[in-house]
Amino acid sequence: MDKGLGLVLPPKGEEKEIPKKNISNLLINARGDVLLDKEPLQIKDIRQVVLEKMAANDKLIISVKTHPKAKYQTYVEVLDQLKMANATRISIAETDK
Amino acid sequence: MKFSSKTKVSGEIPTSSMPDIIFMLLIFFMVTTVLREYEGLNVFLPQARKIERLESKRHTAHIFISKDGMISIDDKIIPMDNVKHVMYDKRVADPQLTVSLKADREASMELISDMHNELREADALKINYSSKVAAPS
Repeated sequence: MDKGLGLVLPPKGEEKEIPKKNISNLLINARGDVLLDKEPLQIKDIRQVVLEKMAANDKLIISVKTHPKAKYQTYVEVLDQLKMANATRISIAETDK
Repeated sequence: MKFSSKTKVSGEIPTSSMPDIIFMLLIFFMVTTVLREYEGLNVFLPQARKIERLESKRHTAHIFISKDGMISIDDKIIPMDNVKHVMYDKRVADPQLTVSLKADREASMELISDMHNELREADALKINYSSKVAAPS
C-alpha cells in the first residue's frame, strides 16, 4: 500500500490575497538551509517554532518557497515538520526562475 | 505370383514420446518467461514521519520522477509538457483521483514545482508525496 505526505494543491487561477500579518514565509535555499520569517533555523526545530506561531495567530498560513535547486528530500522534511505541527494551512509558493 | 509388400506402414503416430516433447516445451516457456519485474522508474523515495496511507489503490495514479528529470506515468516516459493532458484524461475518468508522486529524494524542486503546475492545470489537486517511514529521532 502506498503511503506518503498528502497535500491539496490550490486550483488554477485562484490566487488569493492574504493579509501580510497572517503569512509566515518559509524559505528553503539550494543548500537546504531554512529561513522562517527571516530567522534561520534547523529543520527539526520548525515544528516547535510553527506551533508557537500558530498559537499566537490561528489564521496563520505558512507559505513555503523553495529554491529551484533545492532537493526534494529537504522539501519533504519541511513539509513533514509542518504536518507534525498540524499546520493545515500550507501554501506552496511558486519558485522563481 | 503373389506380391506382398514388405514394408508395412502402420497408420499410427507414435505417441510414446509425446510427454517428453510437452515437458520440453513447458520447461522452455517457464525458463524464457519473465514476470513483470519493472514498474515505473528506479527512485529512492524521501523519508518522512507524519505519513498517511492512501485510502484506495483504485483511485490512485502514480507519477515517477527520477533525479535526472525523467517522468513516467503508466510505464511510459512522458515529457513534462504532456503531463497535464495525460493527467487531465485520468482526472476526467476518475473524479476522486489522488496522485501519488514518487519522486527521487535527490530530484530538484524545479521539477517538483513544474509538476505542481502541470497538475494544477490538469485539475488533479489531491497529491501525495510518496515517502518511506523515517526512524524517529
